[in-house]
Amino acid sequence: MTWETVIGLETHVELATKTKIFCSCTTQFGGAPNTHCCPVCTGMPGALPVLNEKVLEFAVKAGLALNCEIRPKSRFDRKNYFYPDLPKAYQISQLYLPICYDGAVDIGGGKTIRIHEMHMEEDAGKLVHDPWLDQTRADYNRCGVPLIEIVTEPDFRSAEEVVAYLERLKETLQYLGVSDCKMQEGSLRCDVNLSVRPAGSTELGTRTEMKNLNSFKAITRAISYEARRQIERIEEGKRVIQETRRWDENKDATYAMRSKENAQDYRYFPEPDIPPLELSEEYIEGLRASQPELAQAKRARYQADWGLPVYDTEMITSQKALADFFEEVVALGAHPKQASNWIMGQVLGQLSTHGLEAKDMKLTPATLARLIALVQEGKLNRNTAVKVFEAVFADDGDVDAYIKEHGLAQVSDTALVTTVVEQVLSDNQKSVEDFKSGKEKAFGFLVGQVMRQLKGQASPAVVNQLLREKLSS
Amino acid sequence: MELYELTALELAQKLHSGEVTQQEAVEAARARIDAAQRSNNAFLTLTDPAPAADPSASPLAGVPMAYKDNICTRGVATTCASKILEGFVPCYDATVVERLTAAGAVSMGKLNMDEFAMGSTSETSHYGPVKNPWDLTRAAGGSSGGAAAAVAAGEVWYAIGSDTGGSIRQPAAYCGVTGMKPTYGTVSRYGLIAYASSLDQMGPIAKSAADCAAVLDLIQGKDPRDGTSLDAPAGGLLSSLTGDLRGKKIGLPADCFGQGLDPEVRAAVLAAAEVLKARGAQVEEFALPVMEYVVPTYYIIACAEASSNLSRFDGVKYGWRAEDYEDLTDLYCKTRTQGFGSEVKRRILLGTFVLSSGYYDAYYKKALQVKALIKKAFDEAFAKYDLLLTPVAPTTAPKLGESLTDPLKMYLSDIYTVSVNLAGLPALSMPCGFDGKGMPIGAQLIGPALGDGVVLNAAHAFQLDTGWHKKSPKGGDAQ
Repeated sequence: MTWETVIGLETHVELATKTKIFCSCTTQFGGAPNTHCCPVCTGMPGALPVLNEKVLEFAVKAGLALNCEIRPKSRFDRKNYFYPDLPKAYQISQLYLPICYDGAVDIGGGKTIRIHEMHMEEDAGKLVHDPWLDQTRADYNRCGVPLIEIVTEPDFRSAEEVVAYLERLKETLQYLGVSDCKMQEGSLRCDVNLSVRPAGSTELGTRTEMKNLNSFKAITRAISYEARRQIERIEEGKRVIQETRRWDENKDATYAMRSKENAQDYRYFPEPDIPPLELSEEYIEGLRASQPELAQAKRARYQADWGLPVYDTEMITSQKALADFFEEVVALGAHPKQASNWIMGQVLGQLSTHGLEAKDMKLTPATLARLIALVQEGKLNRNTAVKVFEAVFADDGDVDAYIKEHGLAQVSDTALVTTVVEQVLSDNQKSVEDFKSGKEKAFGFLVGQVMRQLKGQASPAVVNQLLREKLSS
Repeated sequence: MELYELTALELAQKLHSGEVTQQEAVEAARARIDAAQRSNNAFLTLTDPAPAADPSASPLAGVPMAYKDNICTRGVATTCASKILEGFVPCYDATVVERLTAAGAVSMGKLNMDEFAMGSTSETSHYGPVKNPWDLTRAAGGSSGGAAAAVAAGEVWYAIGSDTGGSIRQPAAYCGVTGMKPTYGTVSRYGLIAYASSLDQMGPIAKSAADCAAVLDLIQGKDPRDGTSLDAPAGGLLSSLTGDLRGKKIGLPADCFGQGLDPEVRAAVLAAAEVLKARGAQVEEFALPVMEYVVPTYYIIACAEASSNLSRFDGVKYGWRAEDYEDLTDLYCKTRTQGFGSEVKRRILLGTFVLSSGYYDAYYKKALQVKALIKKAFDEAFAKYDLLLTPVAPTTAPKLGESLTDPLKMYLSDIYTVSVNLAGLPALSMPCGFDGKGMPIGAQLIGPALGDGVVLNAAHAFQLDTGWHKKSPKGGDAQ
């Protein structure tokens, strides 16, 4: 029998607001334990939550980008459970009236993933086990960091689709500037709901929920493991138990955490400390109008307007800062394809050498645009330009000053080049004869000799032209 | 006349003129506390007040007062009269405390109460019951029993209490003082340890409506730290007290004067209506049938919120922790089983039940729907009337020990006060007579939302023509 895997995703994304969702403590990652805290986020008696307006704005922007409906009247609810990383013993979340619902994400290949809902909530703290003292300690720095949880319909059929969706989600949220989506720091976390059914069946099988998946690799492996586990169980005549399972990265397997029978009753009820949210039409439309152009739209535009190959557009839009950089270089007069070549080659190369992301790069679009212009105008040899680029990259140095200081300007004095060409021809009679007897390779050698004499600063086109003239005369 | 017999405003006047020094006022308060504490148990913590408040900081600058022990005070133990918060010292001041301190308030300490404000007699305190200064064998009422008793006994000139279902008004009535629960959202709840967040509101207990107005002028107003705080105009209540009731229409809900109401209480409240009429108000009876549903609605909503609000007291972060626990669950269970008193546990269990899956719709959701109906019924009443007049409680203060044996009866005694919290309205309790046993009777004035000034003005008018609020318990201290 062939089996179909059916997957739904719950993704938690930390929002990149400066301060927490209900107080003004910093959201910065790390920090000495319990130093990013106040009475509100540590749930001290009598302290009250007040919604950070920026969180609402980021959530609505994310919802709009995921093609969601925005609920004009929304509210928070309390999810009650005891755990030492949750100092109030309830999490402020949204169950009954989430801020966004009914969205859709195009993951390419003609496939669309439906978004069931998206809501705002607060993150919990972290428990740190001290093996030396055999004690568990609570660090509340992360308490109250704003999250959005995005819940999809069970629309995925493979791990590849899940990864494509997460890539698209990550790209979208980064373009919006609402999250940095760093999986390794936990700012994007995923729970996978998975069931299997005979191919062609329309009924859903019993699902399990997998937690603790913090890399694309873990997600891919966990999906393949869990699908196989469920299929094997069913083929052995056993039933799949609805339960929460934990992915163990080291053992490459999932383990049962708790079954549905033992599921907690969270006793959700409307949060009385935060008044219901009422979003005006103007507020929502204002945010819609200020949405930035997203990567997908940029790729389409680069192809349509500038004829860039698909590969180029994907490379350039891989980071929003890179796409912004590219557009500014083009706006400063650079030919789009040339700008693209420089970015895919030299810019990404230098970023990788320096271990930087595009947003942290000091190099300005004007510097690259100037280099491209100098090459275009024949004032700088392409190879020399690359050397100049590498020299000025780290500190956004002055291109013209560097060229002048190092005497790198291209020799465009034809008389000088002619003298050198004549000298080289008379010094290399053997090669001249070889060329004349049909050995094209000798021509390259002669070009190299001329360029060497001119310290590489001559225009290869001019050297070629003069050499051919002299050789044929 | 002794200093303790003055109202807060009268004392402030003398402080301002220099006739009395702050030191003398504090010493007078301390002497009264020393004399009364052993008998009425009104205080849980006494502090050494810092004098030298700027005498011109506010109309009440330099006047000794105290806070109910569920209001956070930086550096001063705040226990909610519960074992589970033993040793808890807040690292911050409630907004109300900040505002009053800035206004030159002089705090003498923290006041006894029902544990976590759950109770109607201040007998559920882990630190022993508060006794009524009028009769030490009787309850002071609750949950702000310490606040009402301390003001009645002349230990402080005013106190800040909290009112979730009548916890300011009912003890004020039992102790013969004036207490006001302002409109929900007009006093910041930041720093009030929550019982039922959607119903809790802090307010003054004092010797007169004018004193209450002066206190509210200092503590009302928008607070960015409380999301439910209203952006309504604040201040000016004291200066607006004219005592003029001409043209005001006062409604008497017939449903608050029927079965279960003590005849002496009924007679005293109806007599109060006559006083208001003589001041120019029109008084008439009307039907308010939603009264039948207010007690069950209140207890479902209050207990539901309480079950969540009190979850944070788990022995992990602060307060009291059980000994000899085996693991995390055992730590939670033992701490909460041994740390909370039985009334608190009863309400946590009730609240947990009504929020449980399968019961939420039948209880909690339905209660919210009834709450909306109650609010609508009051809105309709205020379309016709400027104020409503009712009793505060069906009887005067009960004997200590009588109430806790029958919690249902105790819950039913909240009938006249809880509807006000469900509808978020302002209401005031004022002394309007004594019963045959010499215990004070209270009348309740209820106003429309943000009609705090109307309520205070009517009470002020009543107090201009009556002397009930000027009566002190015999000697006011140990009897």
